[in-house]
Amino acid sequence: MPALLIFVAFGVIPLVGVLFLSFTSWDGLGVIQMSGFTSWRAVFADPGLMHALWVTLLVMAASWAVQTPASILLGVFLAGQQRYRAVLAVLYFIPLLLSSAAIAIAYKALLDPNFGLGAGLGIELLIQDWLGEPVLAFSVVIFVVSWQFIPFHSLLYQGGVRQIPRSMYEAAEIDGAGRTRKFFSITLPQLKYTIITSSTLMVVGSLTFFDLIFVLTAGGPGDATRVLALDMYKRGFQANLMGPASAIAVILVLVGLALALFLRRLGGRDANASQMEGV
Amino acid sequence: MGVPLGAALAACGTSGPSPAGGTGASGSGGNAAAKATYWFLSTQPQEGVRTRAVERFNKANPDGQIDFTTMQNDAYKTKIKTAIGAGQAPTIIWGWGGGTLRTYVQANQVEDLTSWFEENKAVKDRLFPSSFGAATIDGKIYAMPAETMQPIILFYNKKAFEKIGAEPPKSWGDIMALVPKFNAAGIAPFSLGGQSRWTNMMWLEFLFDRIGGPEVFQAVFDGEKDAWSHPSSIEALTKMQELIKADGFIKGFSSITADSNADQALLYTGKAAMMLHGGWTYGSMATDGGDFVSGGNLGYMNFPPVEGGKGDPGNTVGNPGQYLSISSQATPEQKEIAKKFFATTVLNGEEVKEWADTGAVPIVNGADSAFAGSKDEDFLKFVYNIASNAKAFAQSWDQALSPTAAEVLLDNIAKLFQLSITPEEFASNMNAVIGS
Repeated sequence: MPALLIFVAFGVIPLVGVLFLSFTSWDGLGVIQMSGFTSWRAVFADPGLMHALWVTLLVMAASWAVQTPASILLGVFLAGQQRYRAVLAVLYFIPLLLSSAAIAIAYKALLDPNFGLGAGLGIELLIQDWLGEPVLAFSVVIFVVSWQFIPFHSLLYQGGVRQIPRSMYEAAEIDGAGRTRKFFSITLPQLKYTIITSSTLMVVGSLTFFDLIFVLTAGGPGDATRVLALDMYKRGFQANLMGPASAIAVILVLVGLALALFLRRLGGRDANASQMEGV
Repeated sequence: MGVPLGAALAACGTSGPSPAGGTGASGSGGNAAAKATYWFLSTQPQEGVRTRAVERFNKANPDGQIDFTTMQNDAYKTKIKTAIGAGQAPTIIWGWGGGTLRTYVQANQVEDLTSWFEENKAVKDRLFPSSFGAATIDGKIYAMPAETMQPIILFYNKKAFEKIGAEPPKSWGDIMALVPKFNAAGIAPFSLGGQSRWTNMMWLEFLFDRIGGPEVFQAVFDGEKDAWSHPSSIEALTKMQELIKADGFIKGFSSITADSNADQALLYTGKAAMMLHGGWTYGSMATDGGDFVSGGNLGYMNFPPVEGGKGDPGNTVGNPGQYLSISSQATPEQKEIAKKFFATTVLNGEEVKEWADTGAVPIVNGADSAFAGSKDEDFLKFVYNIASNAKAFAQSWDQALSPTAAEVLLDNIAKLFQLSITPEEFASNMNAVIGS
């Protein structure tokens, strides 16, 4: 019951409030006026929304595509019991301890074309306009996001791999399977649910990337890295358009829910079926 | 029915820092001793001047104290809006006047001070007349101009000019001629913190003024239809992109922020030769730039005229002052304290002196007498003369316009500087939000 109360107070009521606000026009100060679908029409007529949606989807796809393979490989590697791997694991998890804002500030300073790492060490290759060219800036965002979150997903995969019964590998070895074969035929299929969990976190999480991008590029250059969450913030709190900002918030919620449902479906009907031996 | 919900939502947002005195900033009466509240920006040296002014007032008025809370710039902008929207504003609202003040006025959240200024003519007459423009909404005064004025100035590095044997530009043509010379010498002609966007805007403010005079932007401000398509506007936008295409700005300018002062560092380290920036950067360059300022390597001038332009070359743009409003939600006692503070303490002799010591010009007539002997005397006199001789001291566009229009403006300026939209596209995008 207490959990339900908290969920209603902090989850449902704000959601209803936002839904209500999306049908009003309000500048955050004056009287809230009902305005029907005006905000929704304004949002959909604005090419900025489609652009932000597109950028969000690109960030989602690119960060998934970069993080998933890297996290699986790292997770499998770290699942081993050797001591040096434990030491490396500790090092790999450091980014997880830092806040997004701190990471963004650090990368911004390192990538500064005039005072950053490249200029400091005199390495030509590193002296690029990292955050000033649309494609480069987008790539930097993906890189930094991956750098920050790969440790977390590796941790998930490490746990997943350790759950796989040793006997499966032993059986495979008797059948003469090599390392690669074992990875693709045992490890990867056994990690199915971990992959779905991790992907859900990544995909839904990338919908709400805000702090990192806000500090790193502020959505720029131009609007090259302006994701939906940033677009919502700018409309609501900088342009004082709470109505359209709320409409975008509702869209974010719907997209997030749809994606989460879709990924659960992938997990599929046999979600409760076990592949463990002897069960 | 909407208002209570709005208040509830806003109150959910942030509880914010609590005031120094520990009392709620709710502005509701009933406390034994009336206390006014006052929020302002942190960051030294300005914070110190503000704090000492309040302390002087509190010492002189034991029965009518002011509690103050300091906040960082960006945090303050969001917090003050939320607080006002929720009816939890401090008694004294610190701000920049212009478009934001207009939104407070429209929501009936600030006191009309017109009659108070008529009764207290002496208070009004001490201050620069130009500072009242941004405090005046539809003919009524809603804020007391305070603190300092900050015109935008063209700074340059004298050493960089010596290196290529050139003189500071006297016209737009000179600027365009200097660009290839500096680039050939491996020095960026202009530093620019382009990610902050308003930094780019300062260029347009001057180009619009020099080419078409202050009337061009005034038409936008007054909500005239298609004001951005004025021929002078298109010419200014075109000239802007010509300078960008000629590599007039440092490589990577669109990823440099003004908050980190990296744009100033480019100037004082000699990586860039010139920089168009607010007068407030003088103080930070003096602090951070080693002997750059004290060694006399920093040059400064007003923006040069553009050939064939209609604008008076003496005009300037920037912040004509900071502004103190009184919340209409405050109790009568609190309002009295605030007015007493305005009349007796704001910009009194001691405060004027302190502001001058920070390297800025207080908006008080005859403030130049406080500059004598200051180590920044030359700069202070230069700024004072610009401001007192300018026929027009235009307020920064993003402050003058409503927050809604300002956001669209900054967005389109960023795209203009990325060369991803043409001057005509810029004008039509901006025409769409005129009057909003």
